[in-house]
Amino acid sequence: MLYATLVIGALLALLPMVWMVSASLMPQGEASSYPPRIFPRAVTFEHYAALFTRLELGRFFINSSIVAVTVTFTSLFINSMAGYAFAKFHFRGRDRVFRLLSTGLVIPVQVAMLPLFLLLKELGLINTYWGVIIPGMASIFGIFLIRQYVMSLPDDMLDAARIDGAGEFRIYWSIVLPVIRPILATLAIWTFLSTWNDFMWPLIVLSEESRYTLPVALANLSGEHVQDTELMMAGSVLTILPVLIVFLFLQRSYVQGITVGSVKG
Amino acid sequence: MKKPSGAAADSTSGAPWFFLAPALILIGIFFFLPVLAALVLSLTDFDIYAVGDVGNTRFVWFRNYTRLVSHPLFWTALQNTFYFALVGGPLTLAASLGAALLVNARLTRFKGFFRTIYFIPFVTTLVAVAIVWRYLYHPQYGLLNYALSVFGIGPIDWLGNPKWAMPAIILMAVWKNFGYNMLIFIAGLQEIPEELYESARIDGAGALRQFRSITLPMLSPTLVFVAVITMIGYFQLFAEPYVMTQGGPLRATTSMVLLMYEEGFRWWRMGYAASIAFVLFLIILTATLLQLRLQKREAV
Repeated sequence: MLYATLVIGALLALLPMVWMVSASLMPQGEASSYPPRIFPRAVTFEHYAALFTRLELGRFFINSSIVAVTVTFTSLFINSMAGYAFAKFHFRGRDRVFRLLSTGLVIPVQVAMLPLFLLLKELGLINTYWGVIIPGMASIFGIFLIRQYVMSLPDDMLDAARIDGAGEFRIYWSIVLPVIRPILATLAIWTFLSTWNDFMWPLIVLSEESRYTLPVALANLSGEHVQDTELMMAGSVLTILPVLIVFLFLQRSYVQGITVGSVKG
Repeated sequence: MKKPSGAAADSTSGAPWFFLAPALILIGIFFFLPVLAALVLSLTDFDIYAVGDVGNTRFVWFRNYTRLVSHPLFWTALQNTFYFALVGGPLTLAASLGAALLVNARLTRFKGFFRTIYFIPFVTTLVAVAIVWRYLYHPQYGLLNYALSVFGIGPIDWLGNPKWAMPAIILMAVWKNFGYNMLIFIAGLQEIPEELYESARIDGAGALRQFRSITLPMLSPTLVFVAVITMIGYFQLFAEPYVMTQGGPLRATTSMVLLMYEEGFRWWRMGYAASIAFVLFLIILTATLLQLRLQKREAV
């Protein structure tokens, strides 16, 4: 009974993904046949070939990678510095600034989007990678996650370095960063996945097709190619594949972040 | 934390501000400032002419909000958004809790395996799976209708019928999101001391009784946390209708964020769109405070 339910649940969770992969390998038109086929009669890779040659999916792949990798590394650096400062320094206004940041957590990002668009337009950043990257370079959630972790570190370690005359940035860079590597890994995966999957903001900022990230390009293609089921499934597979690989290889760190992030609640 | 430690502990050092500056400047300029500006924007008639030249903007005070109230489409979007959040939210919680109980059951082996499988839908790209589900929902060739036909349930035009479009989007959202909440529930379940269950078993309490008297009360802080974040996320419904239905049929899936997007970025009525965004903000704020208050009352 228990296992039957677990297995049925697993099949339901995976079915859409399995069908997506399977349909992407079907010859044109086979995914629209009755009764529907779960597995292809004959496997073909023509849709993948078409995506890369005719539809230049490689371009969007590169765009997505540039944006997601840049956001991940810059935000890791910026959030870890801020999280460290909140956790290990006592200074005037710390609690007030921290409280102000927490209020940001209940403000939906969409509220900021209209003025943010106008601001980036003034700065000439509309339709550029930077327009997508800059708003993601610091995150309140990331700062909180790092702060939570750094707070559990003993102060003695940092004091010893200070007595040895190490500069503050040295301490952060060569003592703090190496010890908080686990939480950095968590935050890196989080940031990478959410930036890769993000849709609304890139859709707003990127107006020229050559700059589209994969989800924006895919949504755009799906309007033009409604009938090409197999082609769209191949595009979906290529969009999901990178995040799935990252998740499956690094899931331990990723999952840790979710539970750490929720404990504060 | 409390004891002052080392040289950097004294507040005269500039070091903390050096570390904070990049994050605070970025979040200040690219988040808090736009949020405040949105409030101002919502009091103006900022439109396509103003996008070209800001000089064409005038303060109209609350006119956007009064227009909003008399705009039937706004009420439709408001209703759709509540439909999605108030039906989809609890369903997602139920599915997540069910999955967490199953995976965490004492007798279950391969816990890690099932947990990973159930979590996979959550990490996938929303736009891509929305496209996949669009085909699963195909009235003629879709797998879902085929499966239902086995039970003699006639073909449903999932995304083409105004009555079914929102349930279809909810079903997909439950599938996509339950794995995330499940993980948080599992973490919560593991904090419940095993002894409680043992003594309940000795007292002859059945599984259902144990669930009601131990699991649910012990899990209630987690439940509130999960309910709040799920609801905040669901009020921001956008990509699913954008990709699957374009807000249709007959506007049955137009959400508040989709309406804001259309008004602001398709028609460039940015003042008006900002007022929609602010109403959304107020709704989310109210709902969050309500649920937190609920949690506090329960804790007493």
